[in-house]
Amino acid sequence: MNHLLSIEDLDREAIERIIAQAARFAEVSDREIKKVPTLRGRMVLNLFYEASTRTRSSFELAAKRLSADVVNFAASGSSVEKGESLKDTVLTLSAHKPDAIVLRTPWAGAAALVSQWCGAAIVNAGDGKHEHPTQALLDVYTLKDRLGSIEGASVWIVGDVAHSRVARSNIIAFQRMGARVTVAGPPTLIPRGIETLGCEVRFTLDELDSADVVYALRMQRERMGDTQVPSLREYSALYQINARRLSPRQLLMHPGPVNRGVELSGEVIDSPQAVITAQVEAGVVVRMAVLYELLAGRRGPSSAPGQREPSTVAADEPRQLA
Amino acid sequence: MAAEVLVHPQHAPAQMLLRDVHVLDPRGGLDERRDVRVRAGQIAELGAPGELPADPEEELLEGSGHHLLPAFFDPHVHLRTPGQEHKEDIETGTRAAAAGGYAAVLAMPNTDPVLDSAPLLRSLRDAAAREARVSVGFLAAITIGSAGERLTEMAELREWGAGGFTDDGRAVQSAGIMRAAMQYQRLCGGVLSLHEEDEALSRGGCMHEGAVSAALGIAGIPTLSESTMVARDVAIAGYEGARVHFQHLSCAASVDAIARAKQRGVRVSAEVTPHHLLLSEEDVRTMDTRMKMYPPLAGGEDRRALIEGLRAGTIDCVASDHAPHAREEKEVPFEQAPMGTTGLETAFAALYTDLVLPGSLDLALLVERMTAGARVFDLPAPAIAPGGPANLTLVDLGAEWIAGERGWESRSENCCFAGRRLRGRVLLTLAAGTVAYRERAFSVVAAT
Repeated sequence: MNHLLSIEDLDREAIERIIAQAARFAEVSDREIKKVPTLRGRMVLNLFYEASTRTRSSFELAAKRLSADVVNFAASGSSVEKGESLKDTVLTLSAHKPDAIVLRTPWAGAAALVSQWCGAAIVNAGDGKHEHPTQALLDVYTLKDRLGSIEGASVWIVGDVAHSRVARSNIIAFQRMGARVTVAGPPTLIPRGIETLGCEVRFTLDELDSADVVYALRMQRERMGDTQVPSLREYSALYQINARRLSPRQLLMHPGPVNRGVELSGEVIDSPQAVITAQVEAGVVVRMAVLYELLAGRRGPSSAPGQREPSTVAADEPRQLA
Repeated sequence: MAAEVLVHPQHAPAQMLLRDVHVLDPRGGLDERRDVRVRAGQIAELGAPGELPADPEEELLEGSGHHLLPAFFDPHVHLRTPGQEHKEDIETGTRAAAAGGYAAVLAMPNTDPVLDSAPLLRSLRDAAAREARVSVGFLAAITIGSAGERLTEMAELREWGAGGFTDDGRAVQSAGIMRAAMQYQRLCGGVLSLHEEDEALSRGGCMHEGAVSAALGIAGIPTLSESTMVARDVAIAGYEGARVHFQHLSCAASVDAIARAKQRGVRVSAEVTPHHLLLSEEDVRTMDTRMKMYPPLAGGEDRRALIEGLRAGTIDCVASDHAPHAREEKEVPFEQAPMGTTGLETAFAALYTDLVLPGSLDLALLVERMTAGARVFDLPAPAIAPGGPANLTLVDLGAEWIAGERGWESRSENCCFAGRRLRGRVLLTLAAGTVAYRERAFSVVAAT
């Protein structure tokens, strides 16, 4: 694996390999000293064109626990505001020879594009409304941890699917792991054609009972202006996951940050069914596993793409860690 | 008296004998091997193959049975002058046209500034007379700055040679302004050439709304954005008795609306681009910015309806909508990229390869549709007949080439067909009696 651009690029076996590696790293996180020397001397560049504290700090922590050097580059307050193009920014930062670039942008396909311009391993940390593959991996990790197996489980993804990269990556990832996926939300926020990804579509929560897992999406308040939902009040009445709708045998997930009282009621957030903080915890170990998968055993970056050795995992490393 | 619409290239008139060429002129009913003599830029005579005597004053070209066609007419190109010469200018754009077998093009007014006044039109016509390789006409804007609010001085623009009116790149959102333009057309003439897009439906969108946009998470543009505006303007044109032309159709619903309008006798015409005939939303899956244009590439059924519409004549002509953009403008994430693909240099070969060779369209019909744009704009259609100006293109239908492999005549390279293996190569183009393009490998045979 040279890059992590889309969950589409990972087959079930690759997902399971990353999850298993993450589980080994989870043991490290429980130790007093949470660091391993695996990526010592490697450099991970966090290049963020969108505000993000959770994802960025999760990647930063993951890289640091692997002993890599981390440089954070935020687009605001930088040369980007002076009109530098994405390509020029990437070429300039490549002069520092990062081994991996963790990229978050508001544009679909940006991570794939950047992977053609430089020799670093690219990790897509969100490209527009397209994909967020590490979120999908940490969600699979969390679910597997709770359920043992995802095979045959029914997962309902509820809310603003149209503007959600998390939804798109998770529809693919959960199905690849054997789950049945249903998306539900107001017709204005369910993109036409989404069923071609293999999921079912519902416009009400009438059949929510059939779900084993309820995955609520963040309702983006800033989108209320453009007539896609008449009001947050009505949205909450129709689609909020609350104690009345959530049955005790169901698990509740959410990618954060939560709008308390909008897509989720306070009581379900704080209920034992909610695995939202477990998702955040899983974020670090899964991202460690992704960086490990991409960088361990791989040579330093070459100046041009395509001259790299395919990454290989050193046989003794996992044992040493576990 | 109003100025002529087309400004012709000012090069020396051609003197040549094209020996043993396969003359195919669908309007003139010609489909046979002939010798064709061009003298002083006019088609002088046609003779049996190998029969016309060579004249030492003329260049002798061995046609070897290659096809001689009436040169193509493109009613929709962007030459980007003034203001965006880093993308294209009159010289490079018309060089691209000539290389694609075109003898005449109509340039769109969405330049910087917008062509919305007579002085600007006059200066552009002067520039075209100096720089153009093929004949060029200019369409003027319908509204000042194409902002959709106030009509341009249509009568004066027409007087100075505007070939028609369009706000291409934008659509006139207000039905009231559209109606006023159609009313004013009674005074000044000039076809209204309409880019159709309801911005309330398309706003924020970057590609066709459908399975691929859903998978990519890119905001979609529903075909409704085009088809509802086509329906609106058919209704206004019917009411006002106006003459309107619909640009770059992209979907089945628009083709239906135009077929019905034609049945009712409304004076409408329509064009379609090679990319809408040959590509679909599936080609956008890789987020290649060369596949981003307005209207967006739609679904497979829309594509089939466009082919059928072109075949049946509901759609009158092919237009390239040649829309050059600089490399750095297109080398960005898909959602940030400007809309448009170049197309002059690949239009004929792409359509020949993907429609004529598989049997979806007759070669003669394709030639008719690639020249019919002239009639749509009330200009004489190119013909291969003695006494007329030499607007000719010689094509080697057997030649195979890879689009873009040897670079482009256009200043820009954002061609959606780049890298495709195409059949049919233009060897020579004569525009208004002058040699506009000659394939480098196509050598001159000295007269003996």
